[in-house]
Amino acid sequence: MQQRRSLDQAYTNRKLLNGQLDTPKWWAPTVIVLGILVLIGIGVISVMINKGLGVTGLSRPVFWGLFITTFVFWVGISHAGIMISAILRLTQAEWRRPVTRAAELLTVFSLLTALVFPLIHAGRPWRIAYWIMPYDFGRGIYPNIRSPLIMDPVAIGTYLTGSTLFLYVALLPDLANLRDRTKGWRNSLYTVLALGWRGNPRQWKMQTVGGILLSALMLPIFVSVHSIVSWDFAVVPAVEGWHSTIFAPYFVIGAVHSGVSAVVTMMALMRWLWKWDDFIRPEHFDALARLLIVVATGWLGFTFLELIFALYGQDAPEIALREMQMFTWPWNMLFIIFFLTAYLIPVPMWLFKRVRTNIALMFWTSILVNIGMWLERFLIIVPGLARRTPFVYTWDSYRPSAVEWTIFIWSFAWVTFLMLLFSKFFPLVPLFEQKESQVFTDDVMIGRAKVPAVLREAD
Amino acid sequence: MSTRSMLGLFQQPEPAADAMDGLKEAGFELGSFDVLTGVPYPEGAFGEYVPQHRLFRFPAFGAIIGFTLAVFLTSVTQLAYPVVTGGKPILSLFAMLIIMYEMTMLSAVIASVFGIIFESRLPNMKPGIYDPRITEGWIGVVITFDDDSRVADAEGVFNRAGAVEIKHAS
Repeated sequence: MQQRRSLDQAYTNRKLLNGQLDTPKWWAPTVIVLGILVLIGIGVISVMINKGLGVTGLSRPVFWGLFITTFVFWVGISHAGIMISAILRLTQAEWRRPVTRAAELLTVFSLLTALVFPLIHAGRPWRIAYWIMPYDFGRGIYPNIRSPLIMDPVAIGTYLTGSTLFLYVALLPDLANLRDRTKGWRNSLYTVLALGWRGNPRQWKMQTVGGILLSALMLPIFVSVHSIVSWDFAVVPAVEGWHSTIFAPYFVIGAVHSGVSAVVTMMALMRWLWKWDDFIRPEHFDALARLLIVVATGWLGFTFLELIFALYGQDAPEIALREMQMFTWPWNMLFIIFFLTAYLIPVPMWLFKRVRTNIALMFWTSILVNIGMWLERFLIIVPGLARRTPFVYTWDSYRPSAVEWTIFIWSFAWVTFLMLLFSKFFPLVPLFEQKESQVFTDDVMIGRAKVPAVLREAD
Repeated sequence: MSTRSMLGLFQQPEPAADAMDGLKEAGFELGSFDVLTGVPYPEGAFGEYVPQHRLFRFPAFGAIIGFTLAVFLTSVTQLAYPVVTGGKPILSLFAMLIIMYEMTMLSAVIASVFGIIFESRLPNMKPGIYDPRITEGWIGVVITFDDDSRVADAEGVFNRAGAVEIKHAS
């Protein structure tokens, strides 16, 4: 934490509320372009619902393709929020301060986006109610509570509700700050949302204790969600490559790898777009990259473990699948790209401090990771289904259609659109956390060196 | 006799702590004055009354409610509408546990958030005397009293401690 400099609270307000109190010049054109992309995506989704899943590349035997891959990808990205926010809060890591809000936000918006994919993948989304909602007594049956189709919405619904509430509670002091700096209808909006926050010791104590309590409650939920998503696959013993016993932790650690990388991407964009060089500093990227090295290497271990399990069992169909994934065109090309982008290029680069503190390099390497992690999910889901198996009388290789690619691109535009919309009304960096770090900071003389130190209460 | 509020504004924590001490020495009741800040200062930094809370009861209560609802949803509904799927038992513990776990946690989180808001004494639609400069780093010491004759005492304490500004409300 050598790069800290003293910032007064009025300056912190002015800089971190620049998205809400002034509108940056790039904001409106970007939102308009993204809005158009979002509308195109919604149009394509509507056409698909009207025409049916025939407009996609899905066909026997590959019925889970780009949509389910992208669903798993966005659920993975959503794991950044709680991983960063809760763990760093519980461990009182100082470098969490500018990161937490963006990470929590990414959780909420990526979960909202992830939920769209199984819904549209169903073809007739309104009928999904018959699977997950406890009604439809008219047919004399009740949803089968034992189905993963129930587990998934319950887990993701819990995570989404919890994350949204977590985000709101941590926003309260900043909403009061915005209330104090605005006039007119915006003032009325923030007055209502801030619930009458004044900043007395009782409210601050609840903010601190409540933050830790919610972090502790959200952590087991975060682990459970991607475990349950992995069980969507793991409970299907008929498909090779889907039923490994390590799927739950493998999915969780992969999600953390892609999620934390997405936070790096977002932090770099926030620093460039809102010019928050004083708040999002190279030391934060350094810390995130160190964390990523550990997570990515753990994930690599699980990837090898999965392959070793397949080879050690000498199960012919399982080995045939791995051969297909790694040595058969075009899967082998995807496998090489996946392996290079998810690990072999970024992680060795992060071993060097000059890379970890270079924001442009961190931005591009984090994007590489997510290209790789998306491909990883694709390679888990599709080859297992596409492989020729006995008793399947028809098969075809899967090629995603233009409709699927458009909806895939829509999901990125949608998440960015929501983020930018949020940034117009609410701060992306928690102001009170940032100011708290200034209050608790002092310079300490050690020998002849003046060292910035962070003071902390004993308990 | 009417209820009056007074807010002393300070630019540094030390004079605000002096004002809090001064109010105590002047005989004002402990619960009648409070300190308002834009950042969470360490507990007791202003010699203020340290609030007690019962926040940890909320998630426990929420978890019990959530678990009960989950048991009902996963067992009673399946027994009421028994559908045998793939020869599996109607009450399949593994699948039930997942739903029970998630619903228990969800309910605990919702109850905790409710607890945080309740224990923060929010929502407070009549928050009383306040100054927006508090969220810019100023520190407010707010006092409420019924006895008009004590206005001068409180003002004296604020001035001696070095208040930059004193605001009144009734």
